[in-house]
Amino acid sequence: MKVLDRKKLILVNSVLLVLLVISAAACSLLGPVRLDLSQALTHLFSGNTDAEILLRARLPRVLLGVAIGGGMATCGVVLQALLGNPLACPQMLGVSGGASLGGILGIIFFPNWLFPLAIGRLGEISWIPLAAFLGALLSMILVYRFSLFHGRLHPYHLLLSGVILNSFIAAIIMFLNSIVDFYQAQGLLFWLMGSLSTRAYLTVGFIWFYILVGFLWLWSKGLSLNLITLGEDAAMHLGVEPGALQRQVFIASSLMIGAMVSVSGMIGFVGLMVPHVMRLLIGSDHRLLLPASFLGGGIFLCWADTFARVLLAPAELPVGIVTAFFGGPFFLFLLYREGRRSLAL
Amino acid sequence: MNAIEINHLTFGYKDRAVLHNVSLSVASGQMVGILGPNGSGKTTLLKIFSGLLRGEGELKIKGKNIQSYNRRELSQLFAVVQQEARINFPYSAAEIVLMGRAIYHSPITLENRHDLEVARTSMDLTDSLGFADRYLHELSGGEKQRVLIARALAQEPEILLLDEPSAFLDLRHQIQMFELLLRLNRERGLTIVAALHDLNLAALFFPRLVILCDGRIHRDGAPGEVLTENTIQEVYGIRVRIEHDSASQKPQLFICPAVSA
Repeated sequence: MKVLDRKKLILVNSVLLVLLVISAAACSLLGPVRLDLSQALTHLFSGNTDAEILLRARLPRVLLGVAIGGGMATCGVVLQALLGNPLACPQMLGVSGGASLGGILGIIFFPNWLFPLAIGRLGEISWIPLAAFLGALLSMILVYRFSLFHGRLHPYHLLLSGVILNSFIAAIIMFLNSIVDFYQAQGLLFWLMGSLSTRAYLTVGFIWFYILVGFLWLWSKGLSLNLITLGEDAAMHLGVEPGALQRQVFIASSLMIGAMVSVSGMIGFVGLMVPHVMRLLIGSDHRLLLPASFLGGGIFLCWADTFARVLLAPAELPVGIVTAFFGGPFFLFLLYREGRRSLAL
Repeated sequence: MNAIEINHLTFGYKDRAVLHNVSLSVASGQMVGILGPNGSGKTTLLKIFSGLLRGEGELKIKGKNIQSYNRRELSQLFAVVQQEARINFPYSAAEIVLMGRAIYHSPITLENRHDLEVARTSMDLTDSLGFADRYLHELSGGEKQRVLIARALAQEPEILLLDEPSAFLDLRHQIQMFELLLRLNRERGLTIVAALHDLNLAALFFPRLVILCDGRIHRDGAPGEVLTENTIQEVYGIRVRIEHDSASQKPQLFICPAVSA
């Protein structure tokens, strides 16, 4: 019987971790400006140009990309499991839209009196993620409520209400965009397209913190997530309280999505693609699928962002365009395959 | 002792009552078949037993009120084989069976050697070990059903509830499954309650039959007492002739339709 054992768990995660470290290192060296690694390393603390670029520009951005890629993939995995739908992902369900709206409202109504200039940056790691978290949680609850009839979740309604909520929110965001001043609007637009940019280590650290807390919380629910994919009734027969699990997953993933969206906007399709590829490669046991998808998502977004930085250098593409470029066709392919298998959708 | 005991239990969805004032007890180690037409409340009754639905009235499991058990305790007592199992994710048969062990180990650990052993034994019993490593969605309806029964057995329950377990099985596998249930009942003292459609197979394998009709218990007793021409006419509205098999002395139905080929 081939089932998940400790050996496989350790082996798969180690291989992915090594790949992630290699990717992060490689991506820190790649960019519009050539970087001499030996120069950068020898002057790491004395500070020459190479070291400055590596430490101040590239490394924080790569670290942020890894966290966000991993977080998106993790959220994709848990939402797919919880909603019993392999096509669910934060973007499709209107959740990242909700988070964006929350974040934008957070930016517009930023309480300057609460964060005086000196500690203004603290808003970036507390106030805006909080607003985005609430937006994500609210839209998740809304979409969920609208697809629940007689205690049953309807996959059709779920995807449709998600898509509709997303366009509705997009309209509100566009409205807000047209009433704020020009500079704010430019910023919002770039943010909306989903982009990574270099952030202070403090911000990167906090985003990592939120994402890791959410991830560990969800990972501890791995076994219950396995059971919930069998349907709510079957899960109850196997000792799971679906309501409690749903609440915890909604809160934990909203926390992650809020943190992610507050720094990078909506980066689509990572949460859809990575879990699927991982399931094909290593199976559906969430105790392994969750960490593997986190690492895989980190690797994927790390490279996607490098692509976005290098392709039109010195100009820069929003990374959301790169992920959507791969993700769109991939989603259509999945939809087609699921249709042929005549599964739940 | 009674494994399950319900007294004056009523259950309904918003606009329509499904069970009316039902009282029924199942002794430990008994094997009971629940019969009745579509919509008579069989599935609902099973869901109430396993704590999925809650009706008005008293429900005692092993002498204690069902409210005094938590979900995990209940799932160590009951295993359920559902009518339809929709699984959208690629799990192998072995993984599905091992999920039956989830109620015994901590949520953040992997299954230990004992869990694997129990899973293997359960698959062996249901003749499903041969496709342990294949994906569940690739299996035929019958193979899938045997995997789900294996999962129920892997829970090592005291009470096994089955909702039309033979629906997707061919005749050979139906017989094999009922023989297995009978063996589990006799050798391990497993209490079994199954909602059934096939009256003849029910009469052959179940020592006690309960007929539900419109949410009420219509008949309750041994197959010979329960399956009579009159009862079938009342409950199902069809004419049958009943003869007793000379070897087993079990009643068997012959259908007498108004028109036949």
